Amino acid sequence: MQHTISVLVENEFGVLSRVASLFSGRGFNIDSLTVAPTNEEGMSRMTLVTRGDENILEQITKQLNKLIDVIKVIDFTEGGGVEREMALVKVAAEDQSRAEVLRIVDIFRAKIIDVTPKSYTIEATGNPAKIDAILELLRPLGLKELVRTGAVAIGRGSKGWKG
Amino acid sequence: MKMNGARIMLECLKREGVDTVFGYPGGTVINIYDELFSFKDIRHILPRHEQAGTHAADGYARATGKVGVAIATSGPGATNTVTGIATAYMDSIPMVIITGQVPTALIGNDAFQEVDIIGITRPCTKHSFLVKDVNELATIMKKAFYIARSGRPGPVLVDLPKDVQIAQTEFVYPETVDIRSYKPNLVGHSRQIEKAVGMMLEASRPVLYVGGGVVLGNAAEELTTLARKLTAPVTTTLMGLGSYPENDPNSLGMLGMHGAYCANMAMTHSDMIVAVGARFDDRVTGKIATFAPHAKIIHIDVDPTSIKKNVRVDLPIVGDVKDVLSKMNKQVDKLKDKHAEFAARLTPWHEEIAGWKAKHPTSYKQSATTIKPQFVIQKLRELSNEDAIVSTDVGQHQMWTAQFFQFNRPRTLLSSGGLGTMGYGLPAAMGAQAAFPDRQVITICGDGGVQMNIQEIATLVQNRLPVKIVILNNNFLGMVRQWQELFFDKRYSSTCMELPVDFVKLAEAYGAKGFSTSKPGEVEKIIKQGFKEPGPVIMEFKVAREEKVLPMVPAGASLNEMVLNA
Repeated sequence: MQHTISVLVENEFGVLSRVASLFSGRGFNIDSLTVAPTNEEGMSRMTLVTRGDENILEQITKQLNKLIDVIKVIDFTEGGGVEREMALVKVAAEDQSRAEVLRIVDIFRAKIIDVTPKSYTIEATGNPAKIDAILELLRPLGLKELVRTGAVAIGRGSKGWKG
Repeated sequence: MKMNGARIMLECLKREGVDTVFGYPGGTVINIYDELFSFKDIRHILPRHEQAGTHAADGYARATGKVGVAIATSGPGATNTVTGIATAYMDSIPMVIITGQVPTALIGNDAFQEVDIIGITRPCTKHSFLVKDVNELATIMKKAFYIARSGRPGPVLVDLPKDVQIAQTEFVYPETVDIRSYKPNLVGHSRQIEKAVGMMLEASRPVLYVGGGVVLGNAAEELTTLARKLTAPVTTTLMGLGSYPENDPNSLGMLGMHGAYCANMAMTHSDMIVAVGARFDDRVTGKIATFAPHAKIIHIDVDPTSIKKNVRVDLPIVGDVKDVLSKMNKQVDKLKDKHAEFAARLTPWHEEIAGWKAKHPTSYKQSATTIKPQFVIQKLRELSNEDAIVSTDVGQHQMWTAQFFQFNRPRTLLSSGGLGTMGYGLPAAMGAQAAFPDRQVITICGDGGVQMNIQEIATLVQNRLPVKIVILNNNFLGMVRQWQELFFDKRYSSTCMELPVDFVKLAEAYGAKGFSTSKPGEVEKIIKQGFKEPGPVIMEFKVAREEKVLPMVPAGASLNEMVLNA
């Protein structure tokens, strides 16, 4: 089962590799990982998407909590969070396919951010499933290059991570 | 007062109560050594290898309960500490390792003797710090010691670039430390403890299963009180030996792969296992699917990751074992009216255990012509002081020591349990002897492991550390040979060490004393002679070559499927 986990960490060098080596050292897989500073000074926030059964997820959460630089671990699996991801997609667009690409971009409320006579570059944001869906439609048209950020997630409701 | 980084580092050690460090100089720590030259508050011991220095710091920590400190230079000096760090990490030993690093401006430039020691040791340290600014040094040292000794203890590495050692600043040592991301849960939950005691008093076949956490948490007294109040049988892991007196009638001895038959049978037939500071290692559980099939499990540990990692747990209690056990004792006292009924219910359980003990005691067949290694260990026990500290290497002699020495006090057995490090015994004993110059310190080794750090005899002689080195020499890497014998048709691939080493001459070459025998009748005489010598001594016993450690649970088998004779 896929889980999205927020990890609030001290913004110090080496923290990312500690988290990553925790996963590699124990044979856990990371589907995606994003990390950047937060509004709180000295604190960064990672969003990790991983998978495993209940026991593996319990170990992942406990092991993350055990790292000295980890301030808090939040598991969003039960629908407690909202997720977004961004993708930049370079797609072939010539003759009649140019209009088709534009239609798809419009339907998914994505944006064209670069145009050439032979291609469009698209910026799409949404939850990871939406990104998967737009890519599925663009792929047959000639997907030349793709970059995804991986999910970022935040808790639902007005409360912050401190409760 | 303004000081340079090297001096600040030493002042921090002094403030943390460090009296002895084990270190090896080199280019990137030469400034620390220059300060040490006139720093009278700390004793420095120079091992012959950084790995041994780190094991010595580990032995010092295990024997005293204090934080052990090792110093190494950058590059090869630092990498040589890795085995010692991993050994301490696996057994949760509080240690601070200080490594020199090339100047900050050269980090990442492949400078001479540069290595990313933080990266190399990341999986085997509790935490690590690279000090980039001398103004942060004192706070980092305070944090390093706090992290090393609190919660589940462990090794912490501080990497100190040369320019930071030279840079000057005002020395201010922080009184306290507050790390917002590190708040170990030390206080056991009262309701959980009440529930646990309630469950325990409903059991008919309880076993207390005790690990190294009780030794590390200084909770042997609380454990013994609880076990005696409940008259519950106690079995310990290798790391837990000494936390409960083995001469007590309720002691089952060690459990697991080479544990006592009665201990493994008791675990298999128990209806209530109370695990205290133990982590259900695979050497203890055997085949997980058939482990303790009828038992409810209560698991007490300061480290939540240890709970439910390997086995199902019915009631977890996260907290410092000393705190939890003393609260349990109070709770047991409150339920005094239930004690008589509980004790009566346990009578058939005690009888059953006594039956197992009588049927298959851990024993060996004595020989008139060949020295049996178990016999040497029994004699060592008889002839040693009551408060002797014993370290071991890893292998057959380690298991025979666990089976036959009988440990009645905590911190008297120093052994690499989790990592199984050959070469650990001699330097660990060196560390313990440095901490306790007046106590008897014995290291029991095989001929394989002792040769991994044999050079440390020089350190013992130089520092007047009278460690007694017992070598059970069978000219084999015995434990691997045992497996080859039992499971690989006696195909002794590279386990035979036929080259006859003259250990007596070797001891003499280093300026120590050496004795050797192959005759059972001389064992006692040599031990007495060795113990009487004022300095370090090698006592070599040429033992039965193909003796096996029995009983044994083959890897992957259930605990009750023990090989008793082979």
